[in-house]
Amino acid sequence: MSRLSEFLSPESLWGRLDDPSQNAGYEDHPTRKGFFTDTSVCIGCKACEVACKEWNQVPDDGYLLTGMSYDNTQQLGASTWRHVAFIEQPVGAPSTGAPPTDLGMPGSKPPGWEREVTLGEDLVDGDPQGAASGDSGVRWLMSSDVCKHCTHAACLDVCPTGSLFRTEFGTVVVQEDICNGCGYCVPACPYGVIDQRKDDGRAFKCTLCYDRLKEGQTPACAQACPTESIQFGDLDELRERAAARVEQLHDQGVDVARLYGADPDDGVGGDGAFFLLLDEPEVYGLPPDPVVTTRDLGSMWRHVGAGALALAGLGAASFLGRRR
Amino acid sequence: MKRGEQSMVPEPEFQSYYGRPILKEPTWKTPDVPIYLWIGGIAGGSSLLAEGAALSGRPGLERVTRLTAATGAAIGTVALVHDLGRPERFLNMLRVFKPTSPLSVGSYILAPFSSLAGAAAASHVTGVAPRLGRLAGAGAAVFGPPLATYTAALFSNTAIPVWHEAHRELPFVFGASAAAAAGGTAMMLAPAAESGPAVRMAGIGAVAELGLAHHMEQRLGMLAEPYEKGLAGKLTKLSRALTVTGLGLSALGQRRPWLRRVAGASYSAGSLALRFAVFEAGRESARDPKYVVVPQRERIRAREEEARRQGSGTVSV
Repeated sequence: MSRLSEFLSPESLWGRLDDPSQNAGYEDHPTRKGFFTDTSVCIGCKACEVACKEWNQVPDDGYLLTGMSYDNTQQLGASTWRHVAFIEQPVGAPSTGAPPTDLGMPGSKPPGWEREVTLGEDLVDGDPQGAASGDSGVRWLMSSDVCKHCTHAACLDVCPTGSLFRTEFGTVVVQEDICNGCGYCVPACPYGVIDQRKDDGRAFKCTLCYDRLKEGQTPACAQACPTESIQFGDLDELRERAAARVEQLHDQGVDVARLYGADPDDGVGGDGAFFLLLDEPEVYGLPPDPVVTTRDLGSMWRHVGAGALALAGLGAASFLGRRR
Repeated sequence: MKRGEQSMVPEPEFQSYYGRPILKEPTWKTPDVPIYLWIGGIAGGSSLLAEGAALSGRPGLERVTRLTAATGAAIGTVALVHDLGRPERFLNMLRVFKPTSPLSVGSYILAPFSSLAGAAAASHVTGVAPRLGRLAGAGAAVFGPPLATYTAALFSNTAIPVWHEAHRELPFVFGASAAAAAGGTAMMLAPAAESGPAVRMAGIGAVAELGLAHHMEQRLGMLAEPYEKGLAGKLTKLSRALTVTGLGLSALGQRRPWLRRVAGASYSAGSLALRFAVFEAGRESARDPKYVVVPQRERIRAREEEARRQGSGTVSV
């Protein structure tokens, strides 16, 4: 029973936890591995998406043209473990609301565009993703999204079969030979990552290339990334590298650069896969302040218990009084 | 953002990725899961009525409630297995025991409950091993109330905003709804002369269900919206109407047994509509990124304000 109490100790459910693998029962294990996705150098080539599909033999999930942007992948899902988001923003304009449409007329620019960028200008000042030339005045935000491999992973905690488990590398993986397709992990994920494959019934998501990790190799997406936007390594080292990168960007005047998921004191105890973003998280389709549901687990069970007692009391009270 | 509906509160401004959802919609099937919630409540409540009926000497009521508890548990189990993506692997539910997973805990409530309720009903109908049957019935009555309320934790222990933020209220709403449904079902099926306890259980349950659901929406603030709009809104209104009708007919039906049976059906249907409403509200709150971004932004704002307030009180370096 000591194992059970350890399992339910507060630091297992929420808050800072420096070694999730040890918390999961690994005595001797490798250092925690993760991704640092630096979106400021992402060029939107989708090599990560392709490499992931190829290596992991992930089936296609439809060839749809969304018409909303260059993003036809749309979202992470059971058969999409890397997803490159494309955000078009008029330079200088606030990102709220829809960007004005460029009619492509020579010498005109859409209303609300505060700056004119001339052809041939290298980069919009202090904005590593500001584009020049044909896209005059457009800022392209591109970001390769992936499972966050949370320190406190809700998907893992709510899984009733033990199919989802914590690996020795601190990552979170589904054992497909155990999963019975109950679907509980799907609404539990605060990032909307894991999903059920309709024709298969089971849940799937990024494994952080568990098979490659065991062979000492780099995950397929990071290996394929041509700009080192996706960096793989020891999480501690990645966090240091990311902090230095943010500082460098701030020094260059890119005040909008910020880290997302790098703080071990955040609502999920920090992400194993974290990001450098150039706008608010929700612009990229990420929740601004995710909190793992198990933070409130104690309160939930207490209220369920109190509710059950109240119902039992009501049942007993129904037999008091008049005999009819 | 335009919904074609007038609101006293201005629509909150928020940013999103082309308006796309942040969360994944629950993949749980409908009607399987709402029916499971409802019938689990009926079965759990009926196990209490069955023990009360046995102790107070109401054989007609006991017979009906024992059979209801056993049938409800069986139907619930079928619904739960049918909901699985790989139904043939349903036994994997009992592979481990995880207090962090209400579905795991629920499996360890449902499995003994359905066995005990089934044994109690079989013994009662056949007359075989009456003492063991009574013991089984008492055991079912222990697992019955948690069977009715654990489903609240099942929904709340997710990232779905309208479920998670209601985690304090939902167990009581589901418990009250279970009382209304179980009492209502017994009113419908039991001999009128013995259905007094069922009438009281359903009546108190119905009043509590209405009041607690209202309280829950008050507490949820802007997250109450999915419970009041669209399909979930229609189901919420239907549930209220059916439950109020049940209360009215039950009062009128004191001397008219048939009216009492209609009242019971109305209570039970009201509980079913409530479960569908909660399910649909959850799906809606997952579809619209507003229900994720706006409350989380508010949380960040409150935290920053708190930090500023505390910072201004002390000497800052």
